[in-house]
Amino acid sequence: MDSSILFSLRLSFQVAFLATLLATPLGILIAYLLAMKNFRGKGALDAFFTLPLVLPPVVVGYYLIVLFGKNGIIGKFLYEATGWSIMFTWYAAVLASFFVAFPLMVKTTKAAIEAVDKNLVDASYTLGHTEWDTALKVILPLAKRGIIAGSILTFARALGEFGATLMFAGNIPGKTNTVPLAIFTYMTSGQYTKAHIMAVLFTLISAISLYMANKYGGSAIR
Amino acid sequence: MKLFIKLVKKVAGFFLNVEWEADEEIVVLFGPSGAGKSITLKLIAGLMEPDEGFVKLSGNILYDSERKINVPPQKRPFGYVFQDSTLFPHMTVKGNIAYGGKHIDKRSLEHSVRQMIKHFHLEGLEDKFPNEISGGQKRRVALAMALMREPKALLLDEPLAALDSQIKLEVMELLREVREKFAIPIVFVTHDIFEALSLADKMVIYINGRIAQIGAPLEIFNNPISQDVERLLCARELFEEIYILSGAPTPNRFRQFRKT
Repeated sequence: MDSSILFSLRLSFQVAFLATLLATPLGILIAYLLAMKNFRGKGALDAFFTLPLVLPPVVVGYYLIVLFGKNGIIGKFLYEATGWSIMFTWYAAVLASFFVAFPLMVKTTKAAIEAVDKNLVDASYTLGHTEWDTALKVILPLAKRGIIAGSILTFARALGEFGATLMFAGNIPGKTNTVPLAIFTYMTSGQYTKAHIMAVLFTLISAISLYMANKYGGSAIR
Repeated sequence: MKLFIKLVKKVAGFFLNVEWEADEEIVVLFGPSGAGKSITLKLIAGLMEPDEGFVKLSGNILYDSERKINVPPQKRPFGYVFQDSTLFPHMTVKGNIAYGGKHIDKRSLEHSVRQMIKHFHLEGLEDKFPNEISGGQKRRVALAMALMREPKALLLDEPLAALDSQIKLEVMELLREVREKFAIPIVFVTHDIFEALSLADKMVIYINGRIAQIGAPLEIFNNPISQDVERLLCARELFEEIYILSGAPTPNRFRQFRKT
């Protein structure tokens, strides 16, 4: 296989894997707060983490530039301090995939945590177990299937990320061109064979991911 | 050990206002569904916060609205058996019981668990999961788990519901044993008159969030304080039934009979 195809494939997996690694623990934390706690601004927080699901990824990419670009609200300080900007690096692709896929992790995990019998949580408390203990030994094990399903969906979504990545990481061959970006480039430059191969490969990978999410996630995502 | 409670709580249009005490005996909270019995247990355990009142266990104040004391549920020394005897579905019988022994160090934990398994006749089921054992066995596991903490009082929310009568009798016998062996107040919630009459040392009758009568079962049975209580106990029907079964012809002399 063409080395540029291999590069894009490897990069895509690398980006999706890191984004999932980031999204899983953070997603569990946010989902737990949203499912178990009552606090002011909870609705707003929920909406904030759901927003990327309905927003065009290009808009997510735009916000990422506003935040982390060379002149961005946060990126400015980073650039002044180190002379380095995350924009147009493969880390930017990770961040873009993370933000776009994160709602899937939060939503799925939240639903799974809410489905845990409240009596079991109460029972654990009356047996003297702290909230932390109860979360680790009762709630998360019982929500396990939902968490696994959430991670797989996050991975699949991150793998397919296009819009935000294009905006924030760019489409730089040999640097930030993940498979979706590469397919776009091949199509627009008339390299149809390569585009076909990648599209078919990608469809297969996504189908396998969904199958696994269904198998391990069970009823949690249906 | 002696449990004193006074609880006032308003929840969604329902008003609870009760006060009673329990010695080292079986106190049955009896009343129709929705009378506030289960909420009382949750308030005692600290799973819900009362609007007013207190929960005291011998000298210990666990809740007092005036003194602003509210001990979290983790630190209250109660053994709680939930409705449907909730067990942790992802833990084995052994795991469930061990989960109740948080304060016990690792080495003696295994010994304590083995003792509980023996005491509650659960041998051979150690490695089974809750969905692989029967209803009666689940109740026994739930009791064992609640007792692992060496609680200073037991709170049982309809622990016999949906059991067939043979197993009901077995678990009742077990509860009487627990009363003798552990010598702690046992608060038992039910809406089943037969369970109440056969287990209670003391009955607390709940009607609509308030206490209608407190006393020994026979005392209440013979002298219901109001028509509501009488109706709730099905006293008349029970007597009539006995009359009919015994072939005696005079159910209308029921009242006279009751007074003798």
